[in-house]
Amino acid sequence: MISSRYTRRQVSDLVVRSACVLATVLALIPLVSVLYYVTSRGLSGISLSFFSELPKPVGESGGGMANALVGTLKLVFLACLLGIPPGVAAGVYLAEFGHSRFGKWVRFSADVMSGVPSITVGIFVYSLVVLQTKHFSAFAGGIALAVLMLPTVTRTTEELLQLVPESLREAALGLGVPQWRATLRVMLRTAAPGIATGVMLAVARVAGETAPLLFTAFSNPFWSNGLNEPTASLPVNIYNYAVSPYEEWHQKAWAAALVLLLLVLLLNVSARLLVPRSVGAR
Amino acid sequence: MSVSHEVSPLIRPRSKILTRFGRELNWGDFVFRRTTALLAALVIAVLAAMAAAMLHGSAESMAKFGLGFVSSQVWDPVRDVYGALPFIYGTIASSLLALCFAVPISLGVAIFLSELAPAWLRDPVAFLVELLAAVPSVVYGLWGIFALAPWLRTTVEPLLASTLGFLPFFQGQQRGFGMLAGGIILAIMITPTISSVSREVLRAVPGELREGALGLGATPWEAVRVAVLPYARSGLVGAAILGLGRALGETMAITMVIGNRSEISASLFAPSYTMASVIANEFSEATGSLYLSALAEVALLLFVVTVLLNILARLLVWRVGRLPLGGNL
Amino acid sequence: MVARRNLLVGLLLTYVACKSKQATPAPVASDAAPVVNKDETVSLTGAGATFPYPLYSKWISEYNKLNPNVKINYQSIGSGGGIRQITANTVDFGATDAPMKEDEAKQAPGKLFHIPATIGAVVIAYNLPEVPGTLKLSAGVLVDIYAGKIRRWNDPKIKVDNTDAKLPEKDISVVYRTDGSGTTAVFTDYLSKVSPEWKEKVGIGKAVNWPTGLGAKGNEGVTGQVKTTPYTIGYIERAYASQNKLPMAELQNKSGKFVAPSIEAMSAAAEDVEMPEELFVSLANAQGDSAYPITSYSYLLLYEDAKDAVKGAALAKYVWWGLHEGQKFAKDLDYAPIPTKVLAKVEARLKELRSGNKKLLSGA
Repeated sequence: MISSRYTRRQVSDLVVRSACVLATVLALIPLVSVLYYVTSRGLSGISLSFFSELPKPVGESGGGMANALVGTLKLVFLACLLGIPPGVAAGVYLAEFGHSRFGKWVRFSADVMSGVPSITVGIFVYSLVVLQTKHFSAFAGGIALAVLMLPTVTRTTEELLQLVPESLREAALGLGVPQWRATLRVMLRTAAPGIATGVMLAVARVAGETAPLLFTAFSNPFWSNGLNEPTASLPVNIYNYAVSPYEEWHQKAWAAALVLLLLVLLLNVSARLLVPRSVGAR
Repeated sequence: MSVSHEVSPLIRPRSKILTRFGRELNWGDFVFRRTTALLAALVIAVLAAMAAAMLHGSAESMAKFGLGFVSSQVWDPVRDVYGALPFIYGTIASSLLALCFAVPISLGVAIFLSELAPAWLRDPVAFLVELLAAVPSVVYGLWGIFALAPWLRTTVEPLLASTLGFLPFFQGQQRGFGMLAGGIILAIMITPTISSVSREVLRAVPGELREGALGLGATPWEAVRVAVLPYARSGLVGAAILGLGRALGETMAITMVIGNRSEISASLFAPSYTMASVIANEFSEATGSLYLSALAEVALLLFVVTVLLNILARLLVWRVGRLPLGGNL
Repeated sequence: MVARRNLLVGLLLTYVACKSKQATPAPVASDAAPVVNKDETVSLTGAGATFPYPLYSKWISEYNKLNPNVKINYQSIGSGGGIRQITANTVDFGATDAPMKEDEAKQAPGKLFHIPATIGAVVIAYNLPEVPGTLKLSAGVLVDIYAGKIRRWNDPKIKVDNTDAKLPEKDISVVYRTDGSGTTAVFTDYLSKVSPEWKEKVGIGKAVNWPTGLGAKGNEGVTGQVKTTPYTIGYIERAYASQNKLPMAELQNKSGKFVAPSIEAMSAAAEDVEMPEELFVSLANAQGDSAYPITSYSYLLLYEDAKDAVKGAALAKYVWWGLHEGQKFAKDLDYAPIPTKVLAKVEARLKELRSGNKKLLSGA
């Protein structure tokens, strides 16, 4: 005999499961729509010349965004270099020693910083770096993007590090490993795949940011050498082309959006390869 | 986790000199703690520098308008009269609306991916959800203009008006562009953040807790609800706060669909204006020190709103339950 | 696994390094005799108005073909941005649609010249499925639409000028620019000239407090709205309307004639207005039978005294070229060339450019 309570529990379980599936479908619908949009309009613009040529003015056929692609890679690389180490270190501090008043302030600052609009960060870095050096540069752009990445990396590192079971740490300490080593080699390593996810989210976001770059990295119709010159980037080009009146430029904007998406995908996949999940993880 | 990891006195300290500085017993720990502390301080330093820059920039506007800036609805660059109330309303309303949509959906996705989905489906679906984060803001804006807004105008808004039109939320001219479009686009943009971090948090919950509950006869959902969610609560709240932060600061995409009209209206169909949007729209062209100062003050206000919402979120979590097992607040 | 990681990182770094080393693109063969400059590479940066961007980027590309060692980087961050950057000296030249105000000019560390580089027009685009012909809008009607006084398309005031058009009984959806822009400044300049009431209540500016309507971001935002939403009206730059095949209203000019925004009409407006000493003037509501009333110059901002003589000379030569050979590219991109009598004055001003005591243009 099946009690009604049991049935109720089964039914509520089924309802919640269905709700979760529905939620996933709902979340994926806009993705499919956007991807369809970007692909259907952008695919025709992708050719070899896109990856090897410089932009051409309106009316001339051909031209590409090779300098923007390299520029985005440069900027993302710089942002990671400047943003990930401090972010992870700060997250480690918060997880290990962050119960003090100081730790509360750090945590709070990271949360608040994640709410600062990207344009404010761009203007801030502009007054700090560009006005002092009297020119726009990829370096300034990298700093702006790093500041945007910092809160996400910090908080994700902290949250995930805390969720690693204490038993792992205690085992390491019990074997005579110094505390710092236990944290780095055991705790951080266990949390690494999750942290990599957080980092990838941050990287994905900054790779597509336009506003902070307008006043820092500026843009460049030609190649930029090194890090001290203004540099073109895919998001800024997408924006400039998308807001122009010309259909051919719109097409290039969609193509660039597609390339940017693929680039971020590539970064994502590389991260998964570099920080693989251990066998048996869910 | 409030215990600092005091090493047992059974382990011989390597250097007696450093014991003066703290609880560390070797230089490795000493360096580790201080270095991470320094970099953590960097986070505060950067934020403080930005706050200082904003304060400095808004000095002129604060002197001229005082508290009237926050209560006035007039934004007139020609006459140099500024008031930010409509923007404050627009920002808070659109972000909260986005959270209303995004949190349940993201939680559903996270639970689906970590508990319910078959193993072969997990990584591909997770990957797809993360892909939402890879789409640049400006592309979302364009999609909003050409796909979302027309769909809202022709399908959704008429439906809402005909069924729920007695509520003040669903009245007024249906344009497609407006608060509803803004809230939806923000929700789409913050979903990957909240769901990915939530998924990682749920994943990190030790399997024993789940298995224990299942062993006692719980259905899968009950196991999640009773054993997993409480452990993961602070992490999930952290994920939602990250999402809220992103929603508050989002500029490009929302500017393109929210209608950009500085008026306050209860209706979701009405156009609105957010603080980030007004800064982005008018900063490039603004000349005149009072105008720029007013924009800096808007940035400062956004900052204050973020701080207040963060405090509120923390209070909420503290009130709702005792400190959860898996972490601190 | 370590090997795999190193391989990936190595590949990525190699790609970036290879591409970074490419300094100049391969020079394209050109018919015109190149002005060979044996000096080393000169890089110039400029920032400012979005409005002339397509023209300037064409100039830069063509000039680079003739002088491969001169690389000019112009980005459209807005007129205000342009003014701010040139004042802060982070760029070599600025560009603006609306001339600098006095207090703005005072903030600059040196004297700035306004150089009118090209002429453009703001058109009124609309979306009326029932009306195949061109709409005629008088000045009063346009002001009243944007002031919210005329609310429907079949209002008698609109009917008066469009007797054979089947105007529908629908609400007019008014769209304006939310972002500060030179386009808004030009449009509100015109509205203020034709309506003292508008001048008093709303005024002129890059961003104003609009009495009615919906805000869209950028020319493309307004274009998108007009294109996708029926019964909408909006003001945009000519290029956006022509490229997107949107109907452009004929406006009644000061002489009472309804004029379409053709290139000739734009030039006519410029011919009719006397260019004063400071080289900037408003072309809105120009006199003249065939003048289009919402026309405007777009200016380049150059320092009279260039700090760097080499850069200053390169910039001066480029601007000279733009005002002569560059004008032939204007028409295809929806701009009008500078009239000859104005050009004479501009040439005289350009010859005043110097670096220290040395004049930058010597009998160019």
